[in-house]
Amino acid sequence: MHQLPSHVKIIAALFFIFVSIATPISTWGAFIGYLIVILITAKVAKIPLFTLGKRALIEIPFIFFAILMPFFGKGEIVNVGPFDLYKDGIEAALSIVAKGTIGVLTAVILSTSTTAREILRGLERLKLPRMMVQIATFMLRYVNVISDEMERMKIARESRGFEATGIKHWKILATVAASLFIRSYERGERIHLAMLSRGYAGELPHEESRHVPLVRWAIALSAPLVALLILLITTGMDK
Amino acid sequence: MHIPDGFIDLPTSATFGAIAAAGIALSLKGARESLDEKSAPLAGLTATFIFAVQMLNFPVAAGTSGHLIGGALAAILVGPYVATLALSVVLIMQAFLFADGGLSALGLSIFNMSLLGVWVGYGAFLTARKVLPKQKTSIPVAAAVGAFISVPVAAIGFVGQYAIGGTATYSVTTVLAGMVGTHLLIGIGEAVITSLAVSAVIASRPDLVYGWKPTTSNLEIRKA
Repeated sequence: MHQLPSHVKIIAALFFIFVSIATPISTWGAFIGYLIVILITAKVAKIPLFTLGKRALIEIPFIFFAILMPFFGKGEIVNVGPFDLYKDGIEAALSIVAKGTIGVLTAVILSTSTTAREILRGLERLKLPRMMVQIATFMLRYVNVISDEMERMKIARESRGFEATGIKHWKILATVAASLFIRSYERGERIHLAMLSRGYAGELPHEESRHVPLVRWAIALSAPLVALLILLITTGMDK
Repeated sequence: MHIPDGFIDLPTSATFGAIAAAGIALSLKGARESLDEKSAPLAGLTATFIFAVQMLNFPVAAGTSGHLIGGALAAILVGPYVATLALSVVLIMQAFLFADGGLSALGLSIFNMSLLGVWVGYGAFLTARKVLPKQKTSIPVAAAVGAFISVPVAAIGFVGQYAIGGTATYSVTTVLAGMVGTHLLIGIGEAVITSLAVSAVIASRPDLVYGWKPTTSNLEIRKA
């Protein structure tokens, strides 16, 4: 799983997500199938369930949004315990939570089994414009440098007794943002000059892209194909 | 917090994906002309800056805090073309590396924030700059106008997408009221902070502010 070429993995992930979005929530059996496919993939990729769960927490705000939905709306009403809920709302909420969760889990598996650098290389092979890939490469390379810079500025402020408590401190924080920008930009200038002096002419050195054997494609695409099969079978059963 | 997978239906997501791709292509072309050289490092560090500045917390009241979105700020500092590229890269990286925002919804988010937010915000900034007196102190004020507009405009973009292909059952007017209402408030914060930040950059490195072209007098050589 970790060895699969990244562009193949990206395609497989997108394919899988598209299949899940295209599934109507009424065929709920399909979603259980998708979840099983995801868990098997995670198992094959040796990603601990705990990591998977922890990183999926990012989805929580939207779950709140979805939970409120059955309470507002119109149409058929169902009684669930002490609440009168709208049927359409329940279905739509389930659909949003199910599809959102599958999307997040897929993205988490993709990003845990692939290094950031590899994901960029994959996107490049999938014809993301070279300029965008370069911007992203620089962002990855310098994001820690710039956040360290920000951290040092924070320590400097705190060591002078500053504590941001409210709107009255916005001016100082905005100044921080401004000097962070100036420092980032100046760093960009220095890097650019350094690169020019080493012969940079708008392109980064490239590795020859290797041919991907069909077997690798088959392995990667097996997950979304199984999902597609599940979709076809479950909708077939409905009819 | 970005749009997750499955929140907007597939045809709508695909359409906006195509629009976003076209917008990025145009911005790539524009950026090549506006930057003197093919300067990926500068655009890259701008993207890094936006990513970092979104982690800077601004306390509001009673323990709540917010952060900049930075679209208008980037547009005013480095120009709308580079700002679009930088913001799009940030969104792509957030989706691919942190699962923040659905992969299939990337086009929707890029359209709202990197295209609508940046360009409408920058347009508002230009309009305000035209109306205000031609002096340095007007730039932060115009920046506030641009930043204020950029936030609810992105929210309206989302509501538009929701109206076309939303899968939730909230009525479009409810979503419109909720989204625009909260984002007007967020816009005020964005406006104040952007304005203060732009004025701080102007104070020390006015040459780095794309939206401020000082009326320079050419070097004059006088005879002795």
